[in-house]
Amino acid sequence: MSDVAPTVLLVEDEPQIRRFVRGALEEEGWVVFEADTLKRGLIEAGTRTPELIILDLGLPDGDGIDFISELRGWSSAPIIVLSARTKETDKIRALDAGADDYLAKPFGIGELLARVRSTVRRLRQGGSLADGSIRFGDVKVDLKARLVTKSNQPVKLTPTEYRLLHALVTNVGRVVTNPHLLAEVWGPSHINSSHYLRVYMGHLRQKLEIDPTRPQYLLTETGVGYRLLLPIT
Amino acid sequence: MPTPLRPDPDSLLAQLQAQERRKARGKLRIYFGASAGVGKTYAMLAAAHKLQSAGIQILVGVVESHGRTETAALIGGLALLPPKIIGYRDKEIQEFDLDAALARQPTLILMDELAHTNAAGSRHPKRWQDVEEMLAVGIDVFTTLNVQHLESLNDVVGGITGIRVAETLPDTIFDTADEVVLVDIPADELLTRLKSGKVYAGIQAERAAKNFFRKGNLIALRELALRRTADRVEEDVLAYRVEKSIDAVWKTDSALLACIGPRSGAEQIIRSTARLASQLNADWHVIYIETPPLQRLPASQRERILKTLKLGTELGATTAVLAGNDIAGEIVTYARSQNFSKIILGRGHRTWPWRKPHIHHIAQMAPDIDVIQLGRGSKQAGPLREAASSESATGNPESSQDAGWVRHALFPHAVATIASLATAAIATPLIGLLDLANIVMMFLLTVVLVAVRLGRGPAVTATVIGVAAFDFFFVPPRFSFAVTDFQYVITFGVMLVVGLITAHLTADLRFQARIASRREARAKALYEFARELSSVLQTEQIFEITRRFIARTFRAKATLLVPDAYDRLQADQTPPIDDIKNQVTNAPQTGSSHGLDLGIAQWAFDRATVAGIGTDTLPGSAFFYLPLVAPMRTRGVLAIQPENRSLILIPEQRQQLDTFAVLAAIALERVHYIEVAQDALVRMESERLRNSLLATLSHDLRTPLTSLVGLSESLARSVPLTPPQKEFANALHQETIRMSSLVANLLDMARIQSGEIKFNLEWQPIDEVIGSALRASTSYLGQHTVDIQLADGLPLVLLDAVLIERVLCNLLENAAKYTPCDARIVIAVRLQQTFMEIAVIDNGPGLPVGKESQIFEKFMRGERESATPGVGLGLSICRAIVEVHGGTIHSRPTEGGGATLYFLLPLGDPPAMPEAECNSAPQEPST
Repeated sequence: MSDVAPTVLLVEDEPQIRRFVRGALEEEGWVVFEADTLKRGLIEAGTRTPELIILDLGLPDGDGIDFISELRGWSSAPIIVLSARTKETDKIRALDAGADDYLAKPFGIGELLARVRSTVRRLRQGGSLADGSIRFGDVKVDLKARLVTKSNQPVKLTPTEYRLLHALVTNVGRVVTNPHLLAEVWGPSHINSSHYLRVYMGHLRQKLEIDPTRPQYLLTETGVGYRLLLPIT
Repeated sequence: MPTPLRPDPDSLLAQLQAQERRKARGKLRIYFGASAGVGKTYAMLAAAHKLQSAGIQILVGVVESHGRTETAALIGGLALLPPKIIGYRDKEIQEFDLDAALARQPTLILMDELAHTNAAGSRHPKRWQDVEEMLAVGIDVFTTLNVQHLESLNDVVGGITGIRVAETLPDTIFDTADEVVLVDIPADELLTRLKSGKVYAGIQAERAAKNFFRKGNLIALRELALRRTADRVEEDVLAYRVEKSIDAVWKTDSALLACIGPRSGAEQIIRSTARLASQLNADWHVIYIETPPLQRLPASQRERILKTLKLGTELGATTAVLAGNDIAGEIVTYARSQNFSKIILGRGHRTWPWRKPHIHHIAQMAPDIDVIQLGRGSKQAGPLREAASSESATGNPESSQDAGWVRHALFPHAVATIASLATAAIATPLIGLLDLANIVMMFLLTVVLVAVRLGRGPAVTATVIGVAAFDFFFVPPRFSFAVTDFQYVITFGVMLVVGLITAHLTADLRFQARIASRREARAKALYEFARELSSVLQTEQIFEITRRFIARTFRAKATLLVPDAYDRLQADQTPPIDDIKNQVTNAPQTGSSHGLDLGIAQWAFDRATVAGIGTDTLPGSAFFYLPLVAPMRTRGVLAIQPENRSLILIPEQRQQLDTFAVLAAIALERVHYIEVAQDALVRMESERLRNSLLATLSHDLRTPLTSLVGLSESLARSVPLTPPQKEFANALHQETIRMSSLVANLLDMARIQSGEIKFNLEWQPIDEVIGSALRASTSYLGQHTVDIQLADGLPLVLLDAVLIERVLCNLLENAAKYTPCDARIVIAVRLQQTFMEIAVIDNGPGLPVGKESQIFEKFMRGERESATPGVGLGLSICRAIVEVHGGTIHSRPTEGGGATLYFLLPLGDPPAMPEAECNSAPQEPST
């Protein structure tokens, strides 16, 4: 971490939630700015230029998704969404609008901190993909060479499987929504062919995971999408 | 109707619809023969045996062996339908049991003698109607028919053999039969068979040979049968050509319009036209023009005309009754409006020498239309007229509203006589003052007055009496009928003629006026009915209004029957309102719905066909059942119990009744849609309310819980705590987590129960759901080891991954909670016929004995909280979720101890996957 303490903006209207989230983050060494409305949040985001934004979707003066869309117009700071909503479509909307991750209320502190760490690490290691390769477990994906190896043995992937893996690798750590993956791998006309995605993800797990029924890296975010999770190093 | 030269889209559509109908309908095969004894039944049975050995389920509905041994032998080996026993005048008659046949639903049923007339009390008067009903539900029928039973050949066969057959079959049945098999043997061979007793036994055979089975007869009948079959075959070929070929021979404009009058011979016109139409393969209509004089015909004769029209319908015609003064004009108007090019008329009876037959008028008005005049049959002219005159006094039932004394036949004539004599008495003192010509005028005035008041007959009487009185009292020599001056004879003659013509014209005028006012009354009743219905908002009001109007207009008791949600008719339960009772003094009030048969009403409703009095279906019933057919569907049945049966049969009454029914049906439909719209609105509103309530509740509960969970965790993590404090903080945190999971369960349950959850069903592999459920369950699985056993080749299954993951998590949590921490949990998936079984198996202490099935029960309201450990909301949510997937959830003991909770998801038809790809592509560029 750099010398300057990292800053986080917490947009949440419930003071009790702000209180413990703030406490947990400060313990981790963050400087926390708070906002309790959408409008205030946008002003804070503009003036403080935080490294990370934690956003509650249900704000008194507007929909958090509008916040994301507006912020994405001029900032690429990662956003972790907190939501009391249970509908998966809301999560998909938030993620597709530009959020990086989401947490359903109620959530534990440990869970929140883990998401924060992983988001920040991805941000800071952003360059690690610059060499065009990524490792998880004993799998290595070399995007430049279009080569996938497991235990140094080349793994044979079909073009579709490779495209799917590629979509996840380029978004490593992030939840990639089902509609997004379908559109990217199969094209926009296959938005509703979600069974393609499930079957091909099954193939990828067979080829890359140690125990395909208990995936360690290629994780399902049920009803939302998939995430390539890098082990914490 | 004549078709234009290019393919008419309507007729193509009709052809398509006919094909559709034919697909669902059963097939009718007729074994057709020239006479009894040619072997039709034998041929039918032989064919049935062949089909039965091919595995087709065959039922013998009715087969008459007539004591023929060969035939009787063939019946053996086929399933027989036991006949229904009907009591008829102390005798017991065996009759075909239609309901039993329908209930048994055979693929094919054998029905001997299609033209048979059923015993009184059966559902349909004729066997062919039973056959129609079976065909309608998709049962194939084999049947037999003799040529003499065909309606259109009835006259011809009667003429040849001298024996008229009472049992006839509409030609349409024969023409629309899917197959006709001609069973034919030469006349000599038939006679040989008859002699050897193979057709009839003993004396019967001799009698038959003398009367019917003469060689000449047989040859003629055989020719008829062959020709009729040949006609049909040609139709088949034509139909095939229309279906298959693009250059089909489109029907030319050869539609026929048959016009019938009130006299006998009308049936003959219809039969001849039917034959002609079938030879030309043309559409045909039958019309009857009712002029004011014809409306005066006695009811029995009008009924006869209606029967004649019905014969036309049975033979395949479209029929219509038109009202008008000018017969020829009406015929030409109808022919022009419907594009007829050929008009068929009977040869008219010349009533008066100066009257030209209608055919002349038609020829004058429409020189471009062909007019065909049919010869008159000589046979049956007499009896009809007799029947007519014997009942002539009955009159039009509507006129019976007039005061009773007018109806007495002789009274008006007496009044007319008195009026003429009174005129004579008044004129006598004036004889010196007035010229005789003026006295004549007074008599003529009397005739006019009598004609206006009392009608034609009395006016004629008044004329005759007036002429006689004039002669007797005024013409010299007075008080004698002798006439001195010849001039007076001319006076008498002119007076008589003028009187008669005046009487005729005035009476006609009066009658027309009455008809007009009756028409107006009818129109007014309709208008009022429509107006009252238009403002109705509830079904009960329609019942009330319909009952009131039917009672007033038709003097009949009406009951409306409307279907319930399952299309079963319900009797109208609303009691008659007092003011109806007052108005319907004539209608039978006591035991009002006595004899109302819901079964018949249901029949009429299901088929949207009339039933009861005056129809083909159970004409013996006391009610007339009129289906209320609205644009979208049949809305109910109007059951009418008329005071006078013939009221229903009179055409204008029937038309009026039909119009009433249509109005009522439309009103019912309108009210139905009002209700639907209101329901939808209420449902939308309540759904909106429930959704916003749940969303608010969900948000409001989760927010403080989030704070609780987070704050208690912070407290537990903070450093300066004494060990007991730390313990409390941890306990607090654990309990808040439990609390939040409970709330989540409660909210989910509420959402599932309210139907608010939108299921996001997708085809997925079950292992992915298991994987994510395991991941989500790590926190409470603790030390438990979980094994996954998947059967090979599991198909995709249609499910909502979020919800099924929830089910698995709850089952895993349940297993983890009630087993020791070193227990082994297995998730096993396998196929069970059309289901996928997903089981969570543990080797713990097992389920409490006797409570296995209760664990998935919901908390029942008013029930004490169950003492059984493990009965929680989690498992009832599982059940709710699995059930909305169309599956079931169960439990069973694990072999060797422990509990197995498993659920079954239905297997469907997974969508296709894209084609497999080769495995090498991505590595290409690296080399």
